[in-house]
Amino acid sequence: MSTVAIPYDIEPHPITGMYNGKFGLWLFLASEVMLFGALFSTYILLRVGAPAGTWPHHGSEILDVPKGTINTLVLIASSVSMVLAWASLKMNNFAKGRVFLLVTFLLAGVFLVIKATEYYAKFTHYQIDVKTPVLLHGEKVTRITGHLHEQTDEHVVITPDAVKGQEHPAEMEIERDNIVRLTNFGPQHSTYMATYFTLTGLHGLHIVGGMVVILFLLLTGPSMWSKNPAKLTNRVECTGLYWHFVDLVWIFLFPVFYLL
Amino acid sequence: MASSSHEMDKHLKVYYIVFGCLAVLTVLTVSVAYLHLPIVAAVAVALLIACVKGSLVASFFMHLISERRLIFVILGLCLFLFLMLLLVPSLTFFEPHYSTFVNGVSGR
Amino acid sequence: MSHDHGHDLPFWRKYIFSVDHKVIGIQYAVTALLFLFLGFSLISIMRYQLAYPGRDIPVIGKLLGEPIVGKTPTGYVLTGDGYNAFGAMHGTIMIFLGVVPLAVGGFGNFVLPLQIGAPDMAFPRLNMASYWAYFSGGVVMLTSFFVPGGAANSGWTSYPPLSDIATTGQTMWLFGMVLLITSSLLGSVNFIVTTVQMRAKGLSFFRLPFFVWAQLVTSFLLLLAFPPLEAAGVLQLMDRLAGTSFFLPSGLVVSGQVQNQLSGGGSPLLWQHLFWFLAHPEVYVLILPALGIVAEVIANNTRKPLWGYKSLVYSTIFLGFMSFLVWAHHMFMTGMGQTLSTFFQATTMIISVPSVIILTCLVISLWGASIRFTVPMLFALAFLPMFAIGGLTGLPLGLTTSDIQLHDTYYVIGHFHYVVAPGTLFALFAGVYYWFPKATGRKMNDFLGKLHFWPSFIFINGVFMPMFFIGMAGVLRRQFDQTEQLHGAAVQGLTVMVSWSAWMLIISQFPFIINFFWSIFRGEKVEANPWQATTLEWSAPSPPPHGNFATPPVVACGPYEYSIPGKEKDFCPQNVALEA
Repeated sequence: MSTVAIPYDIEPHPITGMYNGKFGLWLFLASEVMLFGALFSTYILLRVGAPAGTWPHHGSEILDVPKGTINTLVLIASSVSMVLAWASLKMNNFAKGRVFLLVTFLLAGVFLVIKATEYYAKFTHYQIDVKTPVLLHGEKVTRITGHLHEQTDEHVVITPDAVKGQEHPAEMEIERDNIVRLTNFGPQHSTYMATYFTLTGLHGLHIVGGMVVILFLLLTGPSMWSKNPAKLTNRVECTGLYWHFVDLVWIFLFPVFYLL
Repeated sequence: MASSSHEMDKHLKVYYIVFGCLAVLTVLTVSVAYLHLPIVAAVAVALLIACVKGSLVASFFMHLISERRLIFVILGLCLFLFLMLLLVPSLTFFEPHYSTFVNGVSGR
Repeated sequence: MSHDHGHDLPFWRKYIFSVDHKVIGIQYAVTALLFLFLGFSLISIMRYQLAYPGRDIPVIGKLLGEPIVGKTPTGYVLTGDGYNAFGAMHGTIMIFLGVVPLAVGGFGNFVLPLQIGAPDMAFPRLNMASYWAYFSGGVVMLTSFFVPGGAANSGWTSYPPLSDIATTGQTMWLFGMVLLITSSLLGSVNFIVTTVQMRAKGLSFFRLPFFVWAQLVTSFLLLLAFPPLEAAGVLQLMDRLAGTSFFLPSGLVVSGQVQNQLSGGGSPLLWQHLFWFLAHPEVYVLILPALGIVAEVIANNTRKPLWGYKSLVYSTIFLGFMSFLVWAHHMFMTGMGQTLSTFFQATTMIISVPSVIILTCLVISLWGASIRFTVPMLFALAFLPMFAIGGLTGLPLGLTTSDIQLHDTYYVIGHFHYVVAPGTLFALFAGVYYWFPKATGRKMNDFLGKLHFWPSFIFINGVFMPMFFIGMAGVLRRQFDQTEQLHGAAVQGLTVMVSWSAWMLIISQFPFIINFFWSIFRGEKVEANPWQATTLEWSAPSPPPHGNFATPPVVACGPYEYSIPGKEKDFCPQNVALEA
């Protein structure tokens, strides 16, 4: 025999009021709170101790607030569809439950696609620090940000970012010999970008994980519904708890990075 | 296994109302950001709104509001430890004579 | 209640990919014992270099290869890199691959469901997954010895900036840790749900054996303290693989080169905070299951209930809680400031109180007892003064002023080893001898057990007691050759004594190894309850079948009903269903 009958697998226990899976998942979520807590702690420590000028004064200087807002609404909507999926199963409506699960899956996909466009924008945006100042927007500067056109062994060609109220600047050529540091806005750019990518990246991995589980439920759901509907409903509830938690993390991530 | 559909309808109504609140709060928090408040006020308002949103998700979507005491004790413990972890390490930087060599040669 | 489907599982599903908590427990235990032996072997090689700096390693020097050893005209000598790699891996292996998997994965898995009268853990398949995650982590750690640059060599504490710029082995260490942490997290969820939800009828929380309480609190520590280290591991991986500067300060110079391509702005202290946030509760993970085992063995071999059961339970819960609030006492010398240091000094002093209460209850439990000096009891009794020495020597470390002198010296090594080696390890040995009959249906040999105990007890003190004096003389830890300094050379005699005691100690383990394997096949056969014990696991057959109990146990009394006045036998099993 492979498995024994486990008590309180489906019916709730008097002390916790939960079946095993639900209690277990809440405990797992407690550990996830500590995981993200450590990363938020990292954010605070690095921001408080950052050398002058290395962190933006406001998230909107670097991040795309409209995209972030849309993503927030998308994820909240996916939380709603997730809980409606469970509610449908609770009301014995398997077809509706499946539809809501699919909606959740698709909304999660939308979130990831928007995130990917944000990441792409960062990886294609560059910053050059030079030794001898160069002329830009009528000033001598040692830091230029913009998009690269050309990279050779001798020089790079960059189109600097436009500044509000001024005309779009022309391409600039910068000698390699003059470059102290050349980097895109990826994680290595600064501790700000490092923290942004790590936190949103880990969050994104959690979304992918959730999508895998939802896909599994979509594919195996019909056969489990016919054999043990209560068990499937519980599994959807537990997945929902995880999903709402992922939404909850974003509810804090978004203002911390984009709005402060 | 299916509870009465009348009961469930009430639940569904709650979900939609909470969704509405969350959407409104999202718009609110973004709007406040454009005011560019001084840093302490900005952080306080942003975190307050986030906590309200988070509580709505936890209470209604995660059904915490209808759960028993034990899980609250465990989550309460978790919250306390989370706050310790969040805040204590940065206290390193608020000592008057603490040398800031740790993060950079130039210091703060 | 168990289901018999009338056919047996194939070998690989019964013994390799099993979901039965007993099989998984034994898998954990055997794997962990092998790792303990490996960890001990590493330090035994290091001890040769420490006793005889610069001399060729006898016999096995040839086998170790570069970069661990360097060729000399006469043989092979341990290099500095090799010393560092062995040192870092000794700590990592002993803690994460040895003691915790044995104490929690081994004993917790095997004993806990039996002691609460459950048929298995709440999530049997998750249990299996947690073992294989541990196994995989172990494979990654072992493989790291063979990659270019060798294994991790920045200490088991992996402090940056050094660990950020270390060789490939460090990256493997980080991935190995992610697997090990995953294993612990899955296991801790299982333990908590099982203990809360699957206790037998009548088994209220305050009728639980103290061992179960110890495992329950330990599981909460693992659940809530490990994730910050996982986060820190991710951050260090980002530093090493993605070029970030989470832990690299601005203006960092490596081998004379200013690191311009890095952003800087990071904080090495950040790693220390996140690391010790786990690593301090981790040491309570190392000791609590041991206290649980010692309590069970003492109650059984004194034929009396434990003294102060409620004090034990409340102290353990308070200890678990406080363990989260003391972590920066490992960081007194980082310049983090007086206010923080004072706070952590205070919490560290407070946490010594429940530890003392627990030890006191266990010692008072011996008072007026009719002690049976069985092999488990010998180890359990030795544990008590050894743990006391470990605990007391911690006090000067927890006080900031004395820590100035003692931090990072051999005194620290003596302190923590007293708690873990003659402390926890002895308790774990007691557990092996105690529960071996339950797991196998045979007792281990008594003579070999005593031959294991007495030399081990003598030599383990020979290893760690001198370290307090070596440390107070000012000799720092993790040094390859202490004779390069005058004060180190002055106490080299003690260092040689430590090394010889260590080699005698490893030889003293052979009676145990022989006994363990021999007794599986030839040990004296026993019935369900060879120790005349009260707790529920002893009312199941030895070894218990799949599903553990033919009928679910029913409980109507506390866990240590020994020597009840007026009763015929000197013990009353907790399983009322047995009372015919």
